[in-house]
Amino acid sequence: MSTEVVNKIKEQEYFINMGPQHPSTHGVLRLLLSLDGETIKSVEPHLGYIHRSIEKMCEKDTYKMIVHLTDRMDYLSCHMNNEAVCLAVEKGIELEVSDRVKVIRTIMSELTRLSSHQLWWGVMGMDLGAITSFLYGFRDREMITDIFEETCGARLTMNYNVPGGVMFDIPDNFQTKVKEFITYFRKKLPEYDDLLSNNVIFKARTKGVGILSKEDAISYGVTGPSGRASGFSCDIRKKNPYSAYDRVNFKEILYSEGDCFARYKARIDEMWESMSIIEQLIDNIPEGCARETTRAVIKLPKGEFYQTVETARGEFGVYIISDGKKSPYRLKFRSPGFSTLNALNTMAKGCKIADLVAIMSTIDLVIPDIDR
Amino acid sequence: MNSQELKTKIESFGIEITFPEEESQFLTLIVNPNQLHQLAKQLKENIDTSFDYMFCQTGIDWLENMEVVYHLRSTSKEHEVVVRTQITDRENPTLDSVYDLWKTADFHEREIFDLLGIRFNNHPDLRRIFLDDDWEGYPLRKDYVDEINIVEL
Repeated sequence: MSTEVVNKIKEQEYFINMGPQHPSTHGVLRLLLSLDGETIKSVEPHLGYIHRSIEKMCEKDTYKMIVHLTDRMDYLSCHMNNEAVCLAVEKGIELEVSDRVKVIRTIMSELTRLSSHQLWWGVMGMDLGAITSFLYGFRDREMITDIFEETCGARLTMNYNVPGGVMFDIPDNFQTKVKEFITYFRKKLPEYDDLLSNNVIFKARTKGVGILSKEDAISYGVTGPSGRASGFSCDIRKKNPYSAYDRVNFKEILYSEGDCFARYKARIDEMWESMSIIEQLIDNIPEGCARETTRAVIKLPKGEFYQTVETARGEFGVYIISDGKKSPYRLKFRSPGFSTLNALNTMAKGCKIADLVAIMSTIDLVIPDIDR
Repeated sequence: MNSQELKTKIESFGIEITFPEEESQFLTLIVNPNQLHQLAKQLKENIDTSFDYMFCQTGIDWLENMEVVYHLRSTSKEHEVVVRTQITDRENPTLDSVYDLWKTADFHEREIFDLLGIRFNNHPDLRRIFLDDDWEGYPLRKDYVDEINIVEL
């Protein structure tokens, strides 16, 4: 080739489709990368491969049915998603659930957060080429899913919350099992640090990569551990305590670097905090009714009800606009992943393609949560 | 700031705002669509209000008009406000984009455009976000007819 042609090729940017079936996108997400050599000039997410229009479905469903649909959004934070809808409905019918329910919900939420972070840690390691972490993560997660199975019959989409309480009371061995798990996992979590956090290759691939400033995190609405790694204090459990979060002591994890490693550390630290929350509550589950009786078909009064909860991925909001009928007039889900994905271009600009994989895994996306 | 102080402060902006009478969870402001961007800019840039985080943006079809609801929070002052604006032109609803103030509006406005058909002026890249480009109609509108309705059993 003549030098003229070579130079022309060099100047041209070119495009690559990452996904929809790329292992590191964790679902059907297509990223259109505009590249200069191997450097990313821009990332454009293409969504909608699994868009089911859950918001439209909700306009036809009763409130008790809607709870079941929320599992199918962020399936790794299903318990918190259910909780958000239940809390919003309970706010509407002015029902105060018993202390027992509040504590059970909080323990289950934190177990869900732990299992979500364990899965994230496993697949994150695998994305970056460490198969061992995947096996470690799933091995430990198994104990939590066993607890879930015994409590509510399901391992993933649990549907444990119902408006008015929880579906069934906890089984007799719940406390023993949870305590066994905490004792076990307190020993295992330092292994996670040995394997990845202190690993030289891992650090080289994540430190200083995919930086998101605090201003951008706020402007884009990047919440959860990803936002807190940029220094954006956004923990709903602290800002707007719901269920039993006002009676436990825990730290809000904040980092200022905003890079992949900070996002990684934020999640690891959050696992320690989650375990501490569970330990504070597990021995003091108050007696009381596990499920208040509600009408078979709940009707919310005319008005608007907004409820946010902290899921494993950030701020999840349910906005119900009711016209007094059995199903909402309009229902909006503010899903954390949707806003986080919006900031991907800012994070990835100027990085290499391999760095994008690291960024994608540290922002911890669940695609059904984005597409809804 | 508590909601009474916030209300007095926002009234002093000199923008025509009405406050609905019904009790609600957040302080709610109703503004004309042509003054929305002006109000949003004031809310964000005024030091006393400094609403720097938009945590939700929702479009609603009320059949006689379209409404967009903005949920705003200030990360430094820790107060919240809801801004609502109603567009009477249902055939061709347009509104100014707030992308220049809160970048999260990028995806949220594309979603509202995709599912409700509200156009946002000055949005950098207003395209459908979930549905195909050749999709006809706007599914979240109340008069949308879905011929193959798998929801309705």
